Formats: sequence, C-alpha cells, structure tokens
Amino acid sequence: MSAPLLEMQGVVKEFPGVRALDGVDLDVVAGEVHCLLGQNGAGKSTLIKVLAGAHKTDEGHIAWEGEPVALTSPTAAMRHGIATIYQELDLADGLSVAENIYLGHEQARMGFTRRSRMHDAARQLLRRLGHPEIPATREVGELSAAGKQLVSMARALSHEARLIIMDEPSAVLAHDEVDNLFRIIADLTAAGVAVVYISHRMEEIRRIGDRVTVLKDGRTVARGLPARTTPTSELVALMTGRTVESVFPPRRDAGEGPEERPVLLDVEHLTLPGKFEDVSLTVRAGEIVGLAGLVGSGRSEVLETVYGARRPSSGRVSVAGTALRPGSIAAAVRAGVGLAPEERKSQALFLHSSIAHNVSMSSLRRFAHAGFMDSRTELNATAEAVRALDLRPPDPTRPVRTLSGGNQQKAVVARWLLTDCRLLLLDEPTRGVDVGARAELYALIRRLADSGVGVLLVSSEVPEVLGLADRVLVLREGRVVTEAAARDLDESIVLDLVMEGSSA
Amino acid sequence: MSQQTSPPDGSGPLPATGKESAPGSARRTGSSPGKPGGPAFLGHMGRVRNLGLFAVLVLLCVVGALTSDNFATSQNALVILSSAAVIGVITIGQSFVIIGGGIDLSVGAIVALASVWCTTVATQSYGLGGMILCALVVGAVVGLVNGVIIAYGRIVAFITTIAMMASARGLAERISDRQSQVVTVQSFNSIASTRFLGIPLLVYILAVAVAAGWVLLNRTTFGRRTFAIGGNQEAARLAGLGVRRHTMLLYVLSGLCCGIAAVMLTARTTSGASNLGNLYELDSIAAVIIGGTLLTGGRGSLVGSILGVLVFTTITNIFVLNNLTTDIQQIAKGLIIVAAVLIQRRGRKGATP
Repeated sequence: MSAPLLEMQGVVKEFPGVRALDGVDLDVVAGEVHCLLGQNGAGKSTLIKVLAGAHKTDEGHIAWEGEPVALTSPTAAMRHGIATIYQELDLADGLSVAENIYLGHEQARMGFTRRSRMHDAARQLLRRLGHPEIPATREVGELSAAGKQLVSMARALSHEARLIIMDEPSAVLAHDEVDNLFRIIADLTAAGVAVVYISHRMEEIRRIGDRVTVLKDGRTVARGLPARTTPTSELVALMTGRTVESVFPPRRDAGEGPEERPVLLDVEHLTLPGKFEDVSLTVRAGEIVGLAGLVGSGRSEVLETVYGARRPSSGRVSVAGTALRPGSIAAAVRAGVGLAPEERKSQALFLHSSIAHNVSMSSLRRFAHAGFMDSRTELNATAEAVRALDLRPPDPTRPVRTLSGGNQQKAVVARWLLTDCRLLLLDEPTRGVDVGARAELYALIRRLADSGVGVLLVSSEVPEVLGLADRVLVLREGRVVTEAAARDLDESIVLDLVMEGSSA
Repeated sequence: MSQQTSPPDGSGPLPATGKESAPGSARRTGSSPGKPGGPAFLGHMGRVRNLGLFAVLVLLCVVGALTSDNFATSQNALVILSSAAVIGVITIGQSFVIIGGGIDLSVGAIVALASVWCTTVATQSYGLGGMILCALVVGAVVGLVNGVIIAYGRIVAFITTIAMMASARGLAERISDRQSQVVTVQSFNSIASTRFLGIPLLVYILAVAVAAGWVLLNRTTFGRRTFAIGGNQEAARLAGLGVRRHTMLLYVLSGLCCGIAAVMLTARTTSGASNLGNLYELDSIAAVIIGGTLLTGGRGSLVGSILGVLVFTTITNIFVLNNLTTDIQQIAKGLIIVAAVLIQRRGRKGATP
C-alpha cells in the first residue's frame, strides 16, 4: 500500500474534566474503507470532529499526505479534502437539493447564484451516486433519510473530497438502501477516495471494510487490523476489554409454558389507515414479543398506537382485560404501559435535566403531596432504579446528556420501573448502543420479562428480534404476515418474509 | 467518559421499583451538597448565572452612587423596588411561559384591559373587593383564551399572543373610550400608598409573588412539568404528561400575574387607562432573557428574571437621577440585553464540556 493519506499520532483532546481523546493513532490510505470501532464514549465522535476541524487538538500530530497539517476550522479540513457525513445530517431543510450541495461554496458571479449551472452540477453528482431521480430543485426537508444522506454525500463529492468520514450511515437506512450505500462506497474507493466508516454492525464491517482501528476510552487499542479476517470475538474483546460468550440471555423455558400465563396485552383488529391494517396480537405476562419488518412496515406505528400516541381508526387495545381509551397516553400509562421510543434524544429525554428528573417524569404524582415534590423520596427511588439497572455513573443528579447511548436508554427504561409498568414497549432499544452495552440491555430486558413484565419489541435488526424475543410477528406493508415462536425461525426465513414474503 | 460496560449480569435481582425507599439508600454525591433531590444541576447552573447578574447589579449601584448623591439612600432604594414591583409580577408569569417553551406578547395589553375593566363606573360601585376580583378574573380569562388557542387550537404562541396584544388593547380602548378612568374608591388607591414598617405594600406584593412563584417552579409537580414541556415537548407528551392542559395553565398564570400587576399599576396612577402597560411585553421578556432563561424553554430561573427586572429599573433610576433623557436609556437597555446574553453564553460554554 502507498503512503498514508492521513496519519494521526498520539492525538489528545481534553474537555473540562474529561480526556475525550487520550492518544489516538490512525492511518488511512487512499482507496480503502477504514472502519472505526469502539463503544459509545470511546471517543469516535470526538475524533470525527477533530478531523472535520470542529475541535482543535491539544496534543499529537496529524499528517496529510506526509505533511503536518493543522485542521483548525471546518473550512481548513474541507480545503484539504476531508468531508464528513454526520449521523444527524447537517442539511438545511428549507433549501433545495442543489442549494444544500453547494452550501457555502455556491457557484456565483458577483454575488448572484448561477442557478442553472448549480442545478446541472448537482444533477451530475446525483447521477454519479446512482440516484438521478432525485430532483435538484426539490426541498431537502421533503426527502427521506436515505435521500438526505445522498445529498450529504453529493456535497462531499462537490468538494472533491479525498477522505469521507461516515458516521453510522446505515443506521437511518432500510435494507435495500444500505446496498446502494455500499455500492456508492465501492465506486468512491475505486476512484481513490478513502472512507472512514463507523458502524456498530459487524456484518457491514465484514462486507465493505478493508482495515479496522479499534478505540477504547479515547485510545487506539488496535490499528489497521484486517477487516474481513479478524474474528468478531477478538474485536469485541478489544472494544470492551473482555470477552462476550453469548450476547443474548437464555430464554426461560422451564416450568410453566407461556400459554399458561395470563394475557397482558390484547390487540384486536387495530387499523391506522395508511400505516397498518387489521393488526391483532397478544403479549403474555413475562413474554417478549418481537415485531420484525422494514422501515415503513408500520411496526413503530403499531407500538405508538398501542401506547395511545396515535388514534386508530378501528380496533381495540386492552391491557389485562381492560380496554384502553384510544389515543390517550395517560390512559395507557395508568394501565401500566410504558414506551421507550425510537428516537431517545428527541422523544424521550429532557437533556437539560438530571438523570433523576428524567427518570421520575412519568411518576411525579408518586413523589408529591398536594402538588409539592418530596425531593428526598424522589431521589431515593430514582437512585434505586438507577442501581437496579446498573446505570453508569450511578449518580442520579448528573445531567442526563452526559450519559452514553446505552445508559441513556437505561434511564428511559428506569422511568417505567417507577410507574409499576406491566407492559413495556421498546422501539429500537439498542439503536446507537455499542456492542458491550447491548448485551447488558438484552440481559436487562430478559430480567424484566422474567419478573412478569410483558415486552413488545421493535427492531430493524433481525438477529436481535430472533435472539431476544420468545415469539415473533413479521409485518410487511402494515399487515402481519407471520407469527411464530422465535426458535422456529431463522434469519433467512424472517428476511425473506420481511422483503417479499412468500405468503405463509 | 469512563467505561460504562459491565458483565451482563443476568442473575441480578429484579429492580424493586423503588417502592420501599429505604432510608439512606440515596447516594449523596459531591455535586449536590446540602439539598439532595433539589434541582441540583439546574440550581447550580442557576447560581453561577445569577452571580454574574448580581455583579452587574452591584456595579450599577456603584455607578449610581458615584454619579448621584441621591442614589444611595434608603428612600431611593424603595423607589427602585416599588417601580420594579409591577413589571416584576408580570415577569414572574412571563418566566413560567418562557421556561415552558412559549412566549406571551400580550402581557401589556392584558394589564391595560384589566385596569380599564376594573375601573369602570359599574365595577367601582362594587368597591375594593369587586375591583380587585374583576382585574384578576379579566387577566386570568384573557390568559385562558390565549392558552386555549395555543394549546388546543395549535396556533403558535407568538402569533396568538400578538393577536391578543392587538385585540385586548383595542377592547380596553373601546371600554374606556380612550379616557382615563379616575378611581374614586380611596381604599383601592391606598394599595399603592400604604406602607408597613416604612416599606410600600407594592414591594410586599412583589416579594410574596416571587416567593410563591419560586416555590411553584422549583418545588412542585407543576414546576417540574413546566421545565419538561419547555425542554422537550414531544418527550413530555410521550412520558404521559398532559402537555396541552399544562400549556394552557401557563398562559392562565401569566394572565393572572397581569391582573395582579394591573391592580398595582392602577392604584399607583389612581386611574385606569387603555395605554397602561405599554411595552411591558418587551420589558418582561428582556428581563427573563438577561436572567438566564433560555428563550427556547426548558431551562431558566425565576431569581434570575427578578434580578433582570432590578437591573433594568436601577438603570432607569440612575438615568432619572442624572436627568438623562429616555432615548439614551433605551439605547443603554439594548446594549445591556446583548451584553448579558453574550456573557451568559461564555459562562455556559465554560461549564459544559
């Protein structure tokens, strides 16, 4: 391989009280896909921001094509040809596709934008990305997540980027869209562009990665490992500092069969026009039921409707034999239903507030006398829930936004422990959660079920549904196409059902 | 951030859901000495911010004492406090609305309407009690209308309250026929002139309102929900909070504060008039903002807002004592708003990694 395009050595970045990067080494050569692995909090985001010029380093050397560089601003990084595609895409929703692509380097003459030239150039870039059907004049806010990502990528190309950093690009994509992304990445690398690829999904790293660098606690613990041949166990061990034998906790199959346990949730012929139709399902106490399906199959909407966040046009939801008032979250919460929504930060957390205040939010009445909060009881109860879930750090007065993704998810689950929740609805509980913390969450979910809580689980990741759930329902285009015990299914069957579904 | 994983401990006991909150089971930590469970983090941030504002206030007092012999007198201090009383009470309501993620541009107009309505010949015939009740009810009802339109009609607060600003003042003008309505009920006027222990009653009213507001914001479920809804409305909804009802109540509270302020202001001027409370919306919002409350909601402090009010009234006082014109006053106010927000942002950057 040729001389590295980018070389980082001993890079340190300190924030008040935190050493976010504590000696990072990384070398990326032209034309490779270099995967960056690490748990949440390992320093990946900080590293990206350093490369994007958003953070200045405190120590260490960065060399670009063998020459030392100072990436002091986003403009400087861009000038060198480093482009970043953030997880939360940094696009202006109100502007057109072309305007977004050329944001900051508009083609202009004397301050007047040259629209037609910009549109032509944008169209060309989109064609190069294999998506000529996206109109350059369309408002970006109207595009899907995948479309936005393409615009972001086109922007990177418009800068003639030679190193593109992609932060979990597949997290917002459906299956077929991921294939397209990989095709684009292959085209880019064939043209000599280097890609730094961040993902929690091991199979993606196997498929497209050339080399892997592993970060742990802000430090490089392994650099340039072969992506295709390094055993998963070794990578996990490097990331976590320990070995994970089995990620999924064992199902409880002894004693009473699940059929003997009482039905907790009974959904009958639930319909929400345009989203899902005639969905019926049951969840028994102590059972984990998984909902598998593509993005847009209606799985999240089913969860939200059961929770009362959406009002169905017909059908019934009953919990422990009592029908819930449709469209009333308050009624669902009173009946002992809790939801951990898909988007933690925008739908579940109060980022300005402490862990304690986040956890107690749905059970304030329990801690109040005539409207006055009893802070001591509240702190005791939240501290106990925090400890029961092994949330780190176990200090409920800490601001919730300082927690890692997995621990933020635990804070959301902890909220429902305080409400005497009987039925927990989990929407993508491990999105953005690293491998080690995932195993912990799986164990936690199973433990909750073993205590008698019913769980309805939605996940895009088929292995997760199969590994965790007792029973699986497959949704396609808003309809339940299959229901079976998880042990009678395997990944290929489910994927087949999810995609085209030979009618079962 | 330190490492956050641990072995997946499948054998751990099931969370006891904290029902039997064992005494002493809470972990006291260094970050919240003294008052566990209080809004420790927010409280801390609030203190840091208020400290800066307090310093500004002290600085202003020094400037005042240097430029005018009459500034550092107890008489002048009471003048400042009484002129802060009216806008102070309004700012309490405004703080709740802004922390809850909204804004109330109609406060000045509500003050005018309540003032006019409680001083009509008919209302005055009911005497002191009738007049006060009228002002409070008018304030609360106008706030309720705001709240219903915003929370249930789903029209953004900015537009709803700007519309109310126009129509409430219009209604006030119509009722009063743009004449000022002299208050003949002497007991009503004495609200502004009464003193206890040498301190005007208006200052006591402000003090009680601030104390009540502080408790409501920091020690009750109502306050907690206000922060939650302002911080993340969707998350609050999905956590099962009654977001719409609460939003509505915030505007009722703001309207009620305006009703109280209307009583105080009307008593001070001994007449009701439709031009009272002009630009109070700007003064109250400016005080809330320099008090460190986020205009987007979710974070803020009542003490900061009141310090903001005091900063502005002290400036006005200094200018008046030095016979400077109001135009220079306005320019200075503008500069202070921008400076305060700049200073706060710097403070925040330092505090958050």
